[in-house]
Amino acid sequence: MKCDDTPGCPRQVLAGRRTVLQAGAAAALAWPALLRAQSDKIRIGHLTPMTGFLGALGEYATMGIRMAAEEINAAGGVLGRPLDVVSEDSVNPQVASTKAQRMIERDGVAVLMGEISSASALTISQVAARNKKLFMSIGARSDVLRGKDCNRYTFHVDIPVTVMVNAVGQALVRDKMIQGKKIFSLSADYLFGHDLLKAAKKFFAANSGNLIGDELVPTDATDFSPYLLKIRQGRPDIVSSNLAGNQVTNFVKQYAEFGLPYPMVGFNLNTADAWAAGDGNLGGIWPTVWHHELPTPGSKAFVTAFVKKHGKPPENHAWIEYVSLKMMAQAMNEAKSVETDKLIAYFESEAQFDLLKARKGYFRAWDHQLMQEAYPFTVKPKGQAKDKWDFLKFGDAVPAPNEPLELLATTKADNTCVMSG
Amino acid sequence: MQFVFLLEQVVNGLVLGGYYLLLALGLSLIFSVGGIVNLAHGAFYAIGAYVSLEVTRRLGFGASVVISPLVVGLLGVAFERFLLRRFYNADPILSLLVTFGLALVVEQLLRMVWGAAPLPSAMPAEFKGNVVLGEFLFSRYRLLLLAVVFVVMAALWLLLHKTAFGRVVRAGVQRPDMVAVLGIRLAPYMTTIVVLGVATAALGGVLFGPITTVHPAMGTEIMTVAFVVVVIGGLGSFWGVVLAALLVGVVRGVTIHFLPAAGEASMYVLMFGVLMFRPRGLLGERIERFE
Repeated sequence: MKCDDTPGCPRQVLAGRRTVLQAGAAAALAWPALLRAQSDKIRIGHLTPMTGFLGALGEYATMGIRMAAEEINAAGGVLGRPLDVVSEDSVNPQVASTKAQRMIERDGVAVLMGEISSASALTISQVAARNKKLFMSIGARSDVLRGKDCNRYTFHVDIPVTVMVNAVGQALVRDKMIQGKKIFSLSADYLFGHDLLKAAKKFFAANSGNLIGDELVPTDATDFSPYLLKIRQGRPDIVSSNLAGNQVTNFVKQYAEFGLPYPMVGFNLNTADAWAAGDGNLGGIWPTVWHHELPTPGSKAFVTAFVKKHGKPPENHAWIEYVSLKMMAQAMNEAKSVETDKLIAYFESEAQFDLLKARKGYFRAWDHQLMQEAYPFTVKPKGQAKDKWDFLKFGDAVPAPNEPLELLATTKADNTCVMSG
Repeated sequence: MQFVFLLEQVVNGLVLGGYYLLLALGLSLIFSVGGIVNLAHGAFYAIGAYVSLEVTRRLGFGASVVISPLVVGLLGVAFERFLLRRFYNADPILSLLVTFGLALVVEQLLRMVWGAAPLPSAMPAEFKGNVVLGEFLFSRYRLLLLAVVFVVMAALWLLLHKTAFGRVVRAGVQRPDMVAVLGIRLAPYMTTIVVLGVATAALGGVLFGPITTVHPAMGTEIMTVAFVVVVIGGLGSFWGVVLAALLVGVVRGVTIHFLPAAGEASMYVLMFGVLMFRPRGLLGERIERFE
């Protein structure tokens, strides 16, 4: 084999390497300012599902965190350094943990943020604890993340499933939808769905609801007809949905298609999934962590800026990622550091954060859960919607202004969280 | 009562089979004629659904049932002329890669144009609701859908088995060289078959959009099922695909009756079982040139 014109020959590889080195040296000499600016950035590792049954929510999440980063950087960054948010598709729990590890080792991120899937958030939080890095788990709602699987390095922004159930629970009891009723429930077959089901079961039992059917649905199911038949065969009084992501959209559409007469209640519905269901398909009462019609000055300004940029209203995941990065920036500024221990100490001081809601929020020190208001929502009567975004009707904040923020959250007695790490 | 419930699932499974059939038929058709496993088939389904939303907004749902498959059919002409045609005689792995790549490109294009969030899609209000026959509950819309699938299926069968066009196509499947010797150019036939294939996929997108979610990855979602159906039925076999679609629908329904959490896994177990005993699929024919 001749070695002067074959691409794989050692001499050429050497030459190639030398060229790279020379170019690198030249760059280092020529643009020292640029290089320093590069290393000056505060890298934020952002993982969120961009494909799969939660992918639609992940797009809003990415839009939200980017908007916050742009605003923060336009105002001079954090500690005089710009934020550099590296967003990647977390795909599934295994890939999520691999990517988290790589972001820490190779990209040198200061903190990890993001996630919507509770299963992926769990594996990322384990990576964070092993590497002693902070992970702000933004959109995952499973109770066990802030319960038995909690750790010192993970903080939780979104409302946990117990709060979701409690946020609409009062209204359901008031409307006589639970007591003595036969309830048939469908749940998403992964960590979040199982957890939501557990919280729902507890709620039904406490309010004398009678659970007559309880089925798990794979997350990749798009056709619900066999499940709808099972529901009808059970002849319940109430149908309860503990589904997630696209599942909810498909389910409510097909529920309307089959015209089943039983009222539906549900404990998880993101506004993006509700919008996708289309007018006339949705019913029932649902909880949400935030909505775009919230009449606070902060929310109004955020919605206006978002609509101007993306041509559509922000969904709750856009809002939550936006305020999360703002909280992280506040923590870094106040702690005057990006070091994990100092950031943890700041968050654990129960410092107040502006969430663009009527009341400020704070992370509870003992389970790292953000305490904040939630809202129930229903569907406007037919014909009242102004446009395709407008058919949802949002209720008043819970807990009420005169009640403590912790009212709906798990109590210390119920929570099995023991901080480790 | 238990038996009636089970029977209801079987009947519903047959209806559901029709739903899978619409996608699987086109996939099988393109394979049997061109020898190409069109992994971009789901992409045409997704394009069909998105085009239908745009048309529905302007001209109504009825118009979209006609216009969307036509538009996608035109895309199919370009797809066959400029892409597929180059791969009929190439290593099958190449066409697999190209169509797989195309599926990814289309998914990303849809995401860029319409966003990753699912778009609202609803059926006309008059189709909503159910029909109760004895103990059995049917969705009115799905019965209508089943009728459409039946018409498409019958039309395709008649076209392939009762017309001069079909005779040339079937001869071309077995012995393209002999057809060429007889002085018949196969190219236009290939184009027509691909157009029919992707247009039925688009029709699927139009019809399933209102009952599932219209989002960029919807093509990948349906593609898996369609592919499983075609493999079980036997690549290239018309009745094999019909049989397999119904079988997959019924097996899924019955599985959900007994073990709801295993609903989606059931069809893969079925595929595994069938391939163990019949590697060519249920009614797969032996096609010499693919051996």
